[in-house]
Amino acid sequence: MTLQSVSSSNDLTVIIDTGCANLSSVRFAFERLNANVVVSADFDVIRSAARVVLPGVGTAGAAMDALKQKNLIELIKSLTQPVMGVCLGMQMLASLSNEHGGRSEQDITCLGLVPTDIGDLDSKGLPLPHMGWNQIDVGDHPLFSGIENGSYVYFVHSYRAPISEYTLASSTYGESFSAAIGKDNFFGVQFHPEKSAKVGAQILQNFLNMGIPQ
Amino acid sequence: MLAKRIVPCLDVREGKVVKGVQFRNHEIVGDIVPLAARYAEEGADELVFYDITASAHDRVIDKSWVSRVAEQIDIPFCVAGGIKTIEQAREKLAFGADKISINSPALTDPSLISRLQDEFGRQCIVIGIDSYYDEATDSYKVKQFTGDEAATKDTQWYTQDWVEEVQKRGCGEIVLNVMNQDGVRGGYDIKQLSMIRAICDVPLIASGGAGTMEHFKDVFELAKVDAALAASVFHKGIIDIGELKQYLHANHIAIRL
Repeated sequence: MTLQSVSSSNDLTVIIDTGCANLSSVRFAFERLNANVVVSADFDVIRSAARVVLPGVGTAGAAMDALKQKNLIELIKSLTQPVMGVCLGMQMLASLSNEHGGRSEQDITCLGLVPTDIGDLDSKGLPLPHMGWNQIDVGDHPLFSGIENGSYVYFVHSYRAPISEYTLASSTYGESFSAAIGKDNFFGVQFHPEKSAKVGAQILQNFLNMGIPQ
Repeated sequence: MLAKRIVPCLDVREGKVVKGVQFRNHEIVGDIVPLAARYAEEGADELVFYDITASAHDRVIDKSWVSRVAEQIDIPFCVAGGIKTIEQAREKLAFGADKISINSPALTDPSLISRLQDEFGRQCIVIGIDSYYDEATDSYKVKQFTGDEAATKDTQWYTQDWVEEVQKRGCGEIVLNVMNQDGVRGGYDIKQLSMIRAICDVPLIASGGAGTMEHFKDVFELAKVDAALAASVFHKGIIDIGELKQYLHANHIAIRL
């Protein structure tokens, strides 16, 4: 996409190009909703967006490394438009993650935009990862407008944000945990709305209804 | 509550969905994308696409349809067939697959599992296991290269040992396909699945043998698997996914309706 076409579009959703694997799934889901969406790591394109998506799968350490390499950390922190993290993207909004193994033996410093810490999901003996369709209870955040308590969405994860004052939706698998967290214009969902059939599409549409066209 | 998953499996051969009996005599069922979209609409919780020729013929699946599926359907799907390298896995995931399933190549080189896990995280690494009951030794054993009868061979692995091994190496889910009953539609192998469930700490998908709605109820209630995979009963219209999910819900099994 050229800069010219970006500047002529007035309601742009930008998916930050973190180089992670589920980028196209998220883009396809917005395209099914006829959204004007681009994948980009360009500072100007991201700043020009009406709203921004931070995707992510893989490990917290690798994902934060990718943001560092692309010099995106300060940029993301400076954004004032709605920013939605998806799955690992949600976890990256937190203060830190204790996801060890793979590349790191130490806690991973995350973006610190939602003051909560990511830790192990205590499934109380249930199989891990927590994989499949689970029910959510939602708060009154506009992201969940029209979504009923008990709706099923698709989860795949082994780490979680605990229940806190920043919880926007919750789910239970062994323990109760945050299915969504948020603070100010930054929020995120632990599940995959792009893979959650009609319920997920409604949540993405709610996101598209946020943010002022630039 | 986490719902039990209903997973139609679409065996793919040369760009078409096919189904054989006991892994043989494959007949064409239909085109990939319309079938996938139909199953998603009917309430499938997830889809598995398995290129049954890829491993046996040392060929990698044509990837263009992976993108087309990802564009059109809004439920998770897994791609299997001949994925032997990190790069081949990355490609499938980049095209929009949520998970990749490894079967024969993991038997040839078990280190592939840990390398894939290091790169992509265990959540997208599924291990497919073709298990059969060996009467001579009264035990369950693993077969390799089942996509092609001529290439199929026995391995040294007892099924329980291989299940333990793949978990140690970092897989995120196991599909246990019990070959003796595949296509016969006589029910899932509850005994074997229960035994594997007891040693399986990752999600377990039952595969092979589904013929009636009761078979699904039994495999969830008795073997406590996380998901049930089936092909011919869905492709041939013997079981309607919507009706199946209503039936399971009425029988107090956690189901997404």
